[in-house]
Amino acid sequence: MIAYLARRLIQAALILLGVSLITFALLYLLPADPVRQIAGRSATPQTVESIRQQLGLDQPFIVQYWRYLTNLLSGDLGRSYIQRSEVSELIVSRLPASLLLMVGAILCELVIGLSMGLIAAVKRGTATDQALMVGSFIGVSAPQFVVGLLLLYVFAVKLGWFPIGGYGTWRHMVLPSLTLGILGAGWYSRMMRSSMIDVLRQDYVRTARAKGLAQRAVLFGHALPNAILPVVAMIGIDIGLFMGGIVVVESVFGWPGIGQLAWQAIQRVDIPIIMGVTLVSACAIVLGNLLADIVAPFIDPRIKLR
Amino acid sequence: MTSPIAPEIPAIAPPARPRAGVWSRLAKRPLALTGLVIIAVTVAGALLAPYLTGYDPNEQLFDGLTLEGAPLPPSATFWLGTDLLGRDLLTRILHGARTSLIIGIVANGAALLIGTLVGITAGYFRGYIGAALMRFTDLMMAFPALLLAICLAAVFQPSLWIVAMVIALVNWVQTARIIFTETSSLAEREFIDAERTIGASTGRILFRHILPHLLPTIIVWGTLGISTTVLLEATLSYLGIGVQPPTASWGNIIFENQTYFQAAPWLVFFPGAAILALALAFNLVGDALRDILDPTQRGRA
Amino acid sequence: MKHWLTTTVAASALMLALGMASAAAQETLDQKAKQGGAITITYKDDVATLDPAIGYDWQNWSMIKSLFDGLMDYEPGTTKLRPELAESYEISPDGKTFTFKLRKGVKFHNGREMTADDVKYSLDRVTNPKTQSPGAGFFASINGYEDVAGGKSESLSGVSVVDPSTVKIELSRPDATFLHVMAINFSHVVPKEEVEKYGADFGKHPVGTGAYKMAEWTLGQRLVFERNADYWNKGLPYIDKITFEIGQEPIVALLRLQNGEVDVPGDGIPPAKFQEVMADPEQKARVVEGGQLQTGYVTMNTTMAPFDNVKVRQAVNMAINKDRIVKLINNRAVPANQPLPPSMPGYDKAFTGYAFDVEKAKALLGEAGHPEGFETELFVMNTDPNPRIAQAIQQDLAAIGIKASIQSLAQANVIAAGGEKDGAPMIWSGGMAWIADFPDPSNFYGPILGCGGAVQGGWNWSWYCNKELDEKAAAADSIVDPAKAEERAKLWSDIYAKIMADAPWAPVFNEQRFTMKSPRMGGDDKLYVDPVHIPINYDYVYVNDVQ
Repeated sequence: MIAYLARRLIQAALILLGVSLITFALLYLLPADPVRQIAGRSATPQTVESIRQQLGLDQPFIVQYWRYLTNLLSGDLGRSYIQRSEVSELIVSRLPASLLLMVGAILCELVIGLSMGLIAAVKRGTATDQALMVGSFIGVSAPQFVVGLLLLYVFAVKLGWFPIGGYGTWRHMVLPSLTLGILGAGWYSRMMRSSMIDVLRQDYVRTARAKGLAQRAVLFGHALPNAILPVVAMIGIDIGLFMGGIVVVESVFGWPGIGQLAWQAIQRVDIPIIMGVTLVSACAIVLGNLLADIVAPFIDPRIKLR
Repeated sequence: MTSPIAPEIPAIAPPARPRAGVWSRLAKRPLALTGLVIIAVTVAGALLAPYLTGYDPNEQLFDGLTLEGAPLPPSATFWLGTDLLGRDLLTRILHGARTSLIIGIVANGAALLIGTLVGITAGYFRGYIGAALMRFTDLMMAFPALLLAICLAAVFQPSLWIVAMVIALVNWVQTARIIFTETSSLAEREFIDAERTIGASTGRILFRHILPHLLPTIIVWGTLGISTTVLLEATLSYLGIGVQPPTASWGNIIFENQTYFQAAPWLVFFPGAAILALALAFNLVGDALRDILDPTQRGRA
Repeated sequence: MKHWLTTTVAASALMLALGMASAAAQETLDQKAKQGGAITITYKDDVATLDPAIGYDWQNWSMIKSLFDGLMDYEPGTTKLRPELAESYEISPDGKTFTFKLRKGVKFHNGREMTADDVKYSLDRVTNPKTQSPGAGFFASINGYEDVAGGKSESLSGVSVVDPSTVKIELSRPDATFLHVMAINFSHVVPKEEVEKYGADFGKHPVGTGAYKMAEWTLGQRLVFERNADYWNKGLPYIDKITFEIGQEPIVALLRLQNGEVDVPGDGIPPAKFQEVMADPEQKARVVEGGQLQTGYVTMNTTMAPFDNVKVRQAVNMAINKDRIVKLINNRAVPANQPLPPSMPGYDKAFTGYAFDVEKAKALLGEAGHPEGFETELFVMNTDPNPRIAQAIQQDLAAIGIKASIQSLAQANVIAAGGEKDGAPMIWSGGMAWIADFPDPSNFYGPILGCGGAVQGGWNWSWYCNKELDEKAAAADSIVDPAKAEERAKLWSDIYAKIMADAPWAPVFNEQRFTMKSPRMGGDDKLYVDPVHIPINYDYVYVNDVQ
């Protein structure tokens, strides 16, 4: 186990190194000059060159990347070109909002997805099952920005139940979490359904039934705990989906998270911020996947850690 | 690492099975049939777009806006109303279907091609090349896909084909992983060994034996992938970095009009419904294909 | 040697009276104004730094003006210059030496008294390339600027401390805009000890002499400003506390305003709600409309065929239906026919420019040898409404045969393309390089129409370089005598008329500002559309519901 973990962590580090290299290279190729953004329109060519030198942007790619990497290893993500704050500070100030949104989304996924899957499995083959599965397909096929705008229109503009946007109270959280979670809810309901159907076929469930246990007791006492595990094990993987989703969801709802930070930075080639957010996201994705893989064998003995 | 779409459980290579009758089996499933109908309607709408309405998709009509510059609601003249530039919304949605379908087919085709090539190469040859390729796909999996697409779109200034390429570059990874898993389990099987011992060329083994076994998977992933592609194109266009105006795309219709969505929600909801319907259709068909072509994967969404 | 002793200089047409010293900044306060209360302002985007040498955004511009002061400022709600931290100033007859007498007893928020050394330090700092100030170029006329910008010196030789309350600034050339330069944020006075204490984070811990001081800053969420009880301008500011809430969509801000939770939505009225607000008399009464020192224009790259032909550029000017474009943005602008906006000194009311005339435009294209039109590209920043405006322009151009494909890109990419000689044939300027830095006609020339900006990486995206006009501009800017301001404005009008004859731009519109306020907000309407303090002048507004 420890050897496995060590190997996976080394792999993870190499992956992050690759991500940083590719992102850095892409930003290097970007047909835009960050120095012009910093120097402003009144700058003389002399000032521009001086700023370029100070930021080391006159150096060859390899030198720039190496410098970034060494700073990174000492925990320094650099300073934003435009905002002039430490990137780590900017990310830390916005990460809680994004994490909160993700927690909300995971709750929505689990509550909606699991209950849909459970009901569908129990009512297998009925019209309810069919309707729920169509619902889950809609969940995975709906573009997040459309879902967000639709929820805003119905529940905030027309019904006035929730605020139209912003950040602060639990009421602000509902619509963005739902928007971000709806995709996952679609997947979860389908996984939950098949997992539940598998479990219901197992011998011990049949035994429990044969012993005359009530349907409810069988479902919630025996089947559900077993069915739910493989589904919940996938949460780690969700993080990858979320990292893409937050850019859109945060922009629709004006949510002050790292998605908005990244989006604004891309508009103005604020390279340190783009690098920082990409690396933080990649870290989250890699760790999420690792978590999912570590949890898997505990839940399904057929899977071995490789 | 695994994907939420197909938990990485070593697949048992399916035996070759007849593909005849796939269509009729699809047609027997109400959901798949619904999907096929939606796709057919979209294709027809896209092809016949110039003949279905009397308007040009890019013509900013003189009487298409109120005096204050507000868009017109649906009416007998403009069935779905007009957009913020006074263009007929229905016409733009029909032409937007072209964009979605072209990107869906081209981008997804390219992603499928890259993914299959990488997957087969890594799965069959193994060794250093295989390991390197799979580590590279691991690396790509660690990218937040949308951020990567946004960066790529900023580097290669967008056009329809560039958007397709960007999407392909982001979307091939899933396919590569699935194909890799299947190919590597196929490559270990006895009949492939037998072929090798009788001196069959690598090309023959790949094309005569491996590829046909992979075909069902490729078809399933190809269909499901269109759905992902349509959604990603819409998202990029919604962020203003997709296809260039005035080319209509369902995503950029919403991008251009969303400031008005409270006053004129139809400007967002008609194109939104179109995106949802098309993505849903390919998902429904893809899911049914998976059930029909690959019983081992049945029920695993 | 004859010196003008001056205290007030009007930027537009102006005469200045001698000996108005005490009336200048200690102006008569609004009799109706009440002291106290707290207000809430909202913004969508994050506030970047509040370092006056660096901040250059819509949101932080006016905040910085309330935290810091410069030697000069403008009378509230106007473009009229007046001394601020300076008590008075003298300009030498050759227009090259400015001597500022500082106001006494001005204290930084940390309690230390501001002196001439601070003024010198602040100017040395802003021009030092290590500061990376986007405003450094404004100080290029100060003696010794080259050495500081080139890293050869840490100190501007042209700025000297005569005594603790006197600063002498020598210029390398007469510069009529210099008093404006002393009023822009970049020249605001900062205390050395605080800058050194916080280093690069000074922008997060601003300490100035301004009417407000920073009380709280939660990154990405809110900022709180507190009344500076020691403010030198006694009686100001009126409001005790200003809370800026960040990350609020304009539409949310408007709803919260209607609920009485917000006093001024900093990003204005969202387009979709504009008609609704203006149709409601009660709400409309709380909207203040004013001009903005802004022009939206299409640049045509005069070094790229076929835009190297003046007839083609004139044809484009005639082809664009500006009235329709103004309609597309809910009539929140006025059509433009010259580079300067109407509220800018030097704007020529009599100038008619190129009228919308498709037939004449076609004829001109024919004369230029393109009767069938041609294909080209129009670059535009990819945030709404700019791609829409570009599409309207595209359709207008198509009507005369010019097939322009749109390149809708991130701001930085458009700026980069404009700075390459063969990068962008046409650019719609919306969203970039838009609002004047200070209310002087020269501000629309230098970097964006003069030869100096027509360089690789520059901001003169039409690559228009007319040496003769450069000389005329230099001549106009050497008229430092405030008594000749009208003459100078006339010279600038002529320069812009000549530019329009060459038509490197097609001016499209000048945006109007519409600021909405809550019913409790008091103060003259012009404070809410202050041309310099954007969006509002925090120092002078007040609330009516305090006891």
